[in-house]
Amino acid sequence: MKEILKVLEQDARTTPEQIAIMTGKSLAEVKEVIREAERDRTIIKYKTIVNWDKLGEEQVWALIEVKVSPQRDVGFDAMAERIYRFPEARTVYLVSGTYDLAVFVTGKTMQEVAAFVAEKLASLDSVQGTVTHFLLKRYKEDGEILVDRGERGERLAISP
Amino acid sequence: MITENSTVVSIARPKRARTMVSRRMQKIPSSGIRRFFDLIASIDGVISLGVGEPDYATPWHICESAVYAMERGRTMYTSNYGLLELRQGLSRHLEARYGLEYDPGRELLITAGVSEALDLALRAVLNPGEEVIAPEPSYVSYAPCTIMAGGVFVSVPTYAEDGFQVRAVDIRDRINQRTKAILLNYPNNPTGSVLDRAEMVKVAEVARQHDLLVISDEIYDRLVYEVEHTCFASLPGMRERTILLGGFSKAYAMTGWRVGYAAAPADIIEAMMKIHQYTMLCAPIMAQVAAIEALRAGESDVQEMVADYGQRRRVMVKGLNDIGLACSEPQGAFYAFPSIKTTGLSSVEFAERLLKEERVVVVPGSAFGSSGEGHIRCCYAVSLPEMEEALERMGRFVERHRR
Ligand SMILES: Cc1ncc(COP(=O)(O)O)c(C=O)c1O
Repeated sequence: MKEILKVLEQDARTTPEQIAIMTGKSLAEVKEVIREAERDRTIIKYKTIVNWDKLGEEQVWALIEVKVSPQRDVGFDAMAERIYRFPEARTVYLVSGTYDLAVFVTGKTMQEVAAFVAEKLASLDSVQGTVTHFLLKRYKEDGEILVDRGERGERLAISP
Repeated sequence: MITENSTVVSIARPKRARTMVSRRMQKIPSSGIRRFFDLIASIDGVISLGVGEPDYATPWHICESAVYAMERGRTMYTSNYGLLELRQGLSRHLEARYGLEYDPGRELLITAGVSEALDLALRAVLNPGEEVIAPEPSYVSYAPCTIMAGGVFVSVPTYAEDGFQVRAVDIRDRINQRTKAILLNYPNNPTGSVLDRAEMVKVAEVARQHDLLVISDEIYDRLVYEVEHTCFASLPGMRERTILLGGFSKAYAMTGWRVGYAAAPADIIEAMMKIHQYTMLCAPIMAQVAAIEALRAGESDVQEMVADYGQRRRVMVKGLNDIGLACSEPQGAFYAFPSIKTTGLSSVEFAERLLKEERVVVVPGSAFGSSGEGHIRCCYAVSLPEMEEALERMGRFVERHRR
């Protein structure tokens, strides 16, 4: 189970046939494991990491620190839900430290993001304050290094 | 046709009446691998299964530890034996993995790779004319290093039917008055074979009966799949007569750092250290610092890489069998060693033509001794897309040359 999911996490396009060879399991078993994992949302979705910068696509990202006062009975979860239901909020975490929710927001322009923060986030009743950090450069995303380094080590084509 | 001479021809011959090269070195052929270099360099779009090293870069925390050490000015010689901290770490490592106790002060020597450790071991123990028995196909350095140390290399052929495991009786049959040592390499380069514990015990018995030394090159000890590695020195009574050679190159993807070690009884380490002291002085300090970090915090890297190699191994073995190159499942290292019998080509012809016609590099089995003939070595430490492309090209090639 874990081994199959690890292969898919590395490369979602690995076929069940290939996974069966790689793991030494039967094709039927591999297919069954994947089907079951998709069904119970152990596998949430298959996506592609795109480096939009390469297309010169304007896209603004910001990390918003959100400080909230937790509400009686429901705690942080209700607050988080108010926020994560906005499609602009791409990632939402509850964190420890000087603020409570870390929210990654995206938009076409800085104005768009700023407007979202001012009008939608900061105006929520239990939000005590926000700090907005605009992303300047992406180096690594979910384990993948994005910047071209062009320095892939040169292995000798033949060695003992 | 690439001949043994083709690399030599390009070297200008100085005009002297006689060669200044020693008879000993004249007798030693250049490696069967080296002669492919020029040919490969002249061809574009080559996919190589001819490599003998990981395709991973050294884990960053290991590199970073060396960078940090250099920034703080740790750029000096170390003790001839190597940094004490590294020897202590190794001592703990060998104890934890194999239950073996080595005194970091007198029984461990840090070397510039297993390559150096092997040379030191042979030179430290061989008197002129003494014989070293080794299973073949064998790592390319064994025969030349034995000869350079003044010894005689005696090979024991091993066979695909036995999974290239040596039989203790075949070793025993080659023992005579001049025999000094048995040189083992399991997991094996080039075959990927692992020696069953039961047979290893029999080899140990032969060594004891004939009072022989065993040099055990266990550089691939961590790269085993679905089996446990048995350290030869951990067999009953073997620690006293074993020189254990181990390294960092393969397990931690550290080939370029040049660091390895020997573990052996103090008198042998002392003799090896004398040669090391006068020829190498010490292993590079940066590499030693990195090795400390590898032992301290590299375990999860090793496990991740091994799991990955294990998967690629299955893809390679299935792919080779599917295209008609019969190959049993190797249990260690990162090599498959399929038979090329279906083609009727010699291993050198196969490798050469495959390179020219389909631009795939493999190593001819004969580079590892005559019992490697009829086979090629394919390294599966390459990315899956590359491996698949290589297998497709090889499939076309085999189809064309099927006899
Ligand atoms: C069997 C064997 N021994 C020794 C070595 C050399 O290792 P090191 O990099 O530690 O010198 C290799 C490398 O390919 C090997 O395959």
